[in-house]
Amino acid sequence: MSHQPQAFEGLRLAGRRLRHPERTIAVVDHNVPTSDRTQPIEEPESRNQIETLERNVKEFGVPYFPLLSANQGIVHVVGPEQGISLPGMTIVCGDSHTSTHGAMGSLAFGIGTSEVEHVMATQTILQRPAKNMRVIVEGVPGHGVSAKDIMLAIIGHIGTAGGTGHVIEFAGSAIRGLDMAGRMTLCNMSIEAGARAGLVAPDETTFEYVRGRPFAPKGEDFDRAVAYWKTLSTDEGAHFDKEVTLRAEDISPTLTWGTSPETVLPISGTVPDPAQEPDEARRTQMQRMLDYMGLQAGQAISGTPVDVVFIGSCTNSRIEDLRAAAQVAEGRKVAQGVRAMIVPGSGNVKRQAEEEGLDKVFLEAGFEWREAGCSMCLGMNPDRLTPGQRCASTSNRNFEGRQGPGGRTHLLSPAMAAAAAVTGCLTDVRELV
Amino acid sequence: MEKFTTLSAIAAALPEANIDTDKIIPARFLKTTQRTGLGQHAFDAMRYREDGSENPDFVLNRDPWRKAEILITFDNLGCGSSREHAPWALLDFGIRCVIAPSFADIFFNNCFKNGILPISLPRDVCERLMDDASMGENARLTVDLARQVVIRPDGEEVAFEMDPFRKHLLLEGLDDIGQTLQHEQGITRYENRENQEKSWMPSIHID
Ligand code: SF4
Repeated sequence: MSHQPQAFEGLRLAGRRLRHPERTIAVVDHNVPTSDRTQPIEEPESRNQIETLERNVKEFGVPYFPLLSANQGIVHVVGPEQGISLPGMTIVCGDSHTSTHGAMGSLAFGIGTSEVEHVMATQTILQRPAKNMRVIVEGVPGHGVSAKDIMLAIIGHIGTAGGTGHVIEFAGSAIRGLDMAGRMTLCNMSIEAGARAGLVAPDETTFEYVRGRPFAPKGEDFDRAVAYWKTLSTDEGAHFDKEVTLRAEDISPTLTWGTSPETVLPISGTVPDPAQEPDEARRTQMQRMLDYMGLQAGQAISGTPVDVVFIGSCTNSRIEDLRAAAQVAEGRKVAQGVRAMIVPGSGNVKRQAEEEGLDKVFLEAGFEWREAGCSMCLGMNPDRLTPGQRCASTSNRNFEGRQGPGGRTHLLSPAMAAAAAVTGCLTDVRELV
Repeated sequence: MEKFTTLSAIAAALPEANIDTDKIIPARFLKTTQRTGLGQHAFDAMRYREDGSENPDFVLNRDPWRKAEILITFDNLGCGSSREHAPWALLDFGIRCVIAPSFADIFFNNCFKNGILPISLPRDVCERLMDDASMGENARLTVDLARQVVIRPDGEEVAFEMDPFRKHLLLEGLDDIGQTLQHEQGITRYENRENQEKSWMPSIHID
């Protein structure tokens, strides 16, 4: 999977071709506007990047979903949706959240530009073996608790360096119980836990998800593939370099309060007090986060007013995510003064949501219903926060300025984001559903 | 990738530690679609004044260092973001060799990938080479990779360490891809076997 123009330039300069274009897919996502697509793209740099990609895919014969295709979307949503990402594969892309595809039971990770070029030219990649880590979540998540809450709780537990140098396997009954969208949310944010990749062993849920997708094997081929995929699970008694276990019952709807994904709180919690932190470096950092986020130590996080709500990104923009948000939005109105936007992860997600009438639910409630793309997940296209704006966001990164300079991001689940939209403040979604 | 054998060139001194990749190439230039052309933005903040004109005090804006192909700095060169645009920008400016007491890991690797030779030498040696580099037109250093020496203007030779495999790649001008393709037969054998065993693997074609 690729959107790196310099990688193509490198091939061209060296007179090389793609070794296997038929094992490659190109998509535009990062820099596309998510407003009306029939209009020309206004920002010259974005337009140039897209035009360059289109020239490159033509010249090198790379399969490509153009901007106006219904299949266009965020590459990490499109791959699984099209049956391109399958169990047992090794999948790489020049973007760290490639880990998302690990939900299929594949080894999927982000690589740098010259590695993209290397893969395109040789269909191989040089890697040192990663260490392995198992994160086990047992039990049944409570009402209003989604995969996003589980993942935020995991990151809060192990920290943003907890998975460094490792590939994480997510296991346990709570993980088995998740649908594919939920597993993708988990694997997506493995990166925020410091890991190289995350994955879930393929099982019946996976096979049923893959069945019938456009590029997935069909008929007898499918059965042969499943027979192979069933051999992929971790062996009984396999060694893990690191193992962590959580109980799903202990996890509440969770969100971040600071500018690092590990700064998590249950929605019922209060903002931590730097004065209680013994380590000086951490204390200073916490204070800086509070200042940046415009929060006071000890304040209840619930009830904090928001300006913007963003439901989208490769973490949470699948049909299941939109259904969860719509369930909260239905029959309610977006609070006065809040801008709330829904950005489906792909053209197909958008179409399916429209078939299910979700667009109406959102539009009637006062949400914006936009075209597929990365949108406000990163400040690289016209959708961005202005300084000081507070955003309830279903994306994966809350670093300073990530959603626009000076913007304040709280990471949370789609249902929690919808709850923030309709109440105008960070709210426990369990009070609404 | 261009071979790196012997380089006899103007050296410029940038006596600073922790020159990060953002200093080498600021983030706002990353939207480009090319790896060539970044040289004009290399060291942007140090090189240009606010009105866009050149800062005459900056070494790379002065003759003869405008034509420098060797850059000498202090510790931890290339720290910060892992952007490969940093070596691209240096290369496009014309730098083929960087000398410092230490380098940030990823930057160090990225230099090799792009045919730039990073040489690590003790700080006092770097200081002496910086003195050499201040001698205007005579600020020529010679780097002989095969013999692993830097030759100072007065003829003194300073030896440096180098991983033999990386040295081989630079001397032959083999980038990672060229090197992998030396194993083409093995790759093909593997692919043939996989194609038989997993004939259900999809081929992607889009009209
Ligand atoms: S949605 Fe955000 S995290 Fe995902 S690929 Fe796009 S920019 Fe990256």
